[in-house]
Amino acid sequence: MSSAELLVDDPLWLILVKVVGIFAFLVVMTLFMINWERKVVARMQQRPGPNRVGPNGWLQSLADGLKLAFKEDIRPVLADKWVYFLAPVISCIPAFVAFSVIPLGGEVSIFGESTALQLVDLPVGVLVVLACSSLGVYGIVLSGWASGSPYPLLGALRSAAQVISYEIAMGLSIVAVVMHSHSLSTAEIVDAQSTGWYFYLLPVSFIIYLISMVGETNRAPFDLPEAESELVGGFHTEYSSLKFALFFLAEYVNMVTVSALATTLFLGGWRFPFVGDDHVLNSGWFGLLWFVIKTLAFLFVFIWLRGTLPRLRYDQFMRLGWKFLVPIALVWFVAVAFARYLRQEVEASGGLETGTWLMLIGGFLAVVLLIAFLLPDKREPHDPNAVPVTGGGYPVPPLDLQVPKSPPRRQVPVAELPGDQTKEPAAVTAASQKEASDGRV
Amino acid sequence: MISSLLAQQPDAVERVVDTVTTGEAVSFWVLGPLALAGALGMLFARNAVHSALWLVLTMLSLGVLYMVQQAPFLGFVQIIVYTGAIMMLFLFVLMLVGRDSSDSVVEVLRGQRLAAVVIGVGFAGLVVASISRALTDVQPVGLAAQNTQNGGNVANIGEALFTDYLFPFELTSALLITAAVGAMVLAFTSRTGQDAKKTQRQLVEERFRGNRPGSLPGPGVFATANSVATPALLPDGSVASESLSELIETTAKERLEDDVAEVSGTGHDPDAHALKGESS
Repeated sequence: MSSAELLVDDPLWLILVKVVGIFAFLVVMTLFMINWERKVVARMQQRPGPNRVGPNGWLQSLADGLKLAFKEDIRPVLADKWVYFLAPVISCIPAFVAFSVIPLGGEVSIFGESTALQLVDLPVGVLVVLACSSLGVYGIVLSGWASGSPYPLLGALRSAAQVISYEIAMGLSIVAVVMHSHSLSTAEIVDAQSTGWYFYLLPVSFIIYLISMVGETNRAPFDLPEAESELVGGFHTEYSSLKFALFFLAEYVNMVTVSALATTLFLGGWRFPFVGDDHVLNSGWFGLLWFVIKTLAFLFVFIWLRGTLPRLRYDQFMRLGWKFLVPIALVWFVAVAFARYLRQEVEASGGLETGTWLMLIGGFLAVVLLIAFLLPDKREPHDPNAVPVTGGGYPVPPLDLQVPKSPPRRQVPVAELPGDQTKEPAAVTAASQKEASDGRV
Repeated sequence: MISSLLAQQPDAVERVVDTVTTGEAVSFWVLGPLALAGALGMLFARNAVHSALWLVLTMLSLGVLYMVQQAPFLGFVQIIVYTGAIMMLFLFVLMLVGRDSSDSVVEVLRGQRLAAVVIGVGFAGLVVASISRALTDVQPVGLAAQNTQNGGNVANIGEALFTDYLFPFELTSALLITAAVGAMVLAFTSRTGQDAKKTQRQLVEERFRGNRPGSLPGPGVFATANSVATPALLPDGSVASESLSELIETTAKERLEDDVAEVSGTGHDPDAHALKGESS
């Protein structure tokens, strides 16, 4: 039975249980993620990280959350009252709603009621996530505008441009998945991956999705809307107390959602690898375990990126999106469509043998290589007056720089000199020795 | 659409797809007023951003209405495209313009009001005609049957777009591309020629060719005083001329008197209302 059929006859109490379950899952994941992130980043930077509150410091984010709730709620004088109040709410609600279409597991029975571990299965499930992420941006943009001060406004403008750009790349990367699975429904996409996960069947889509999901959630290295070094706190500079906590919550819930969607679209959802669908590892509540493990793997990538990469400059970031990701996604999607069409045609006309396929692919590669070799090399224009440049493109001293030789060490015949002349040559020798050793290093 | 369904309830009883369920009626009576309120709010809001937000409310309500009407794809595309992309671009432009700028009441187009009245009346006529036709001539069928055939809602829309309606579809995309290219042509600035912006590399090379590869000396702030107008001193005690601010040096002395007084503490007393944000 498919997930949609299982979900249709859910009684009301079961739906409520699922809603509360998803909400609790997301909030707990947020608390866990904040702590985990701090600990992992600390480990990467060779320091202990939070270790005071609770066992091993694992309750630190809970304590921080309570502290935030009791802080003073400040509204700037120039703020737009209603929009300033609404913005954190707007950014929070879609983040939670988007998770409703994610299939967390296969068929299970809850209190004797057979159902699937998913709240709803819409025929347009993937679009729900996209729609929610595009609504969540309103929260960021409006918070920046309503704060009535320049830094948040700049952060909001950046965020608007960033999310629109990266949503295009994200949508295009999903198109190939939808073409392969013949459905926009998340449960059916997971079902379609029973024969093979899409991260190796559609590697280009997977990589583009990975990059754009970081851009979409405003996380490092793409966290330009809240770049601390440039914009103080970005869009949430003026927010405090629970309103700020809502932004925090929305950011982490969004991270969990895009990671869960990546799991669903590319890592086979709740399936365990290498075993068939009727294996015991793929039955019942085991699915939830595999799903959470895969999602945590993606979340770790988020933390890893934050611990490793410096923030991009804004123009480089936009160039990456529009001139690199979007064109590649377009070409890839046309190529996938063409390959599918070709396979359909060939299968209709009787099919080709594997040898013929290999010959065809080899011939195509040979033609590509031939063209690549025949193309003339691009000539670098040579400017005789140019400043000599080595390495990264900026004038730095050449590697074969001639360091002037230090004067040879003078042997001071101490014994033969009169007493008053020995002082100065000894000092010179010491200095020259130091210089020589500096030059060698 | 839904009002037609409501109106025709008696004679549509035998067709199961057309009956209005309680949930549908409730969602209509919730979303309909919301959409209307959004439209009115958009018209009467003083602030441009508030106006845009009211419009977002209308679009969202319409999107949810589509979903209730068994057209989930249309509903979500409405949300993604209209609220997600188009209204976001609107907001983007409004923010670039600034929050305090208001509309100019001077009319630059002659006969604007007359044209607006004529076109508005024409549009109202079109809307009334089409709605009245929808209420009288057209028999509502509902999408339930259609959504179960040929792979469902999305597949049916795709098939219709790429077979029967291919030409209008391509025509619309050509129109949109023309608009995008037109905008790019208008906003294009040359990267070559006289007024081209220098690249980072060109700037660095220029600096290295010049007689000062390093940075200019800062002002003598904190050495003897905390004013940026304080010149830096060279080791022999003379003034480093590069450290002088061109802006300050060319400003007439009278214009700086207030600032000087404030810095030296001889100016007026601090405003009692300054912290409360009330204008004094």
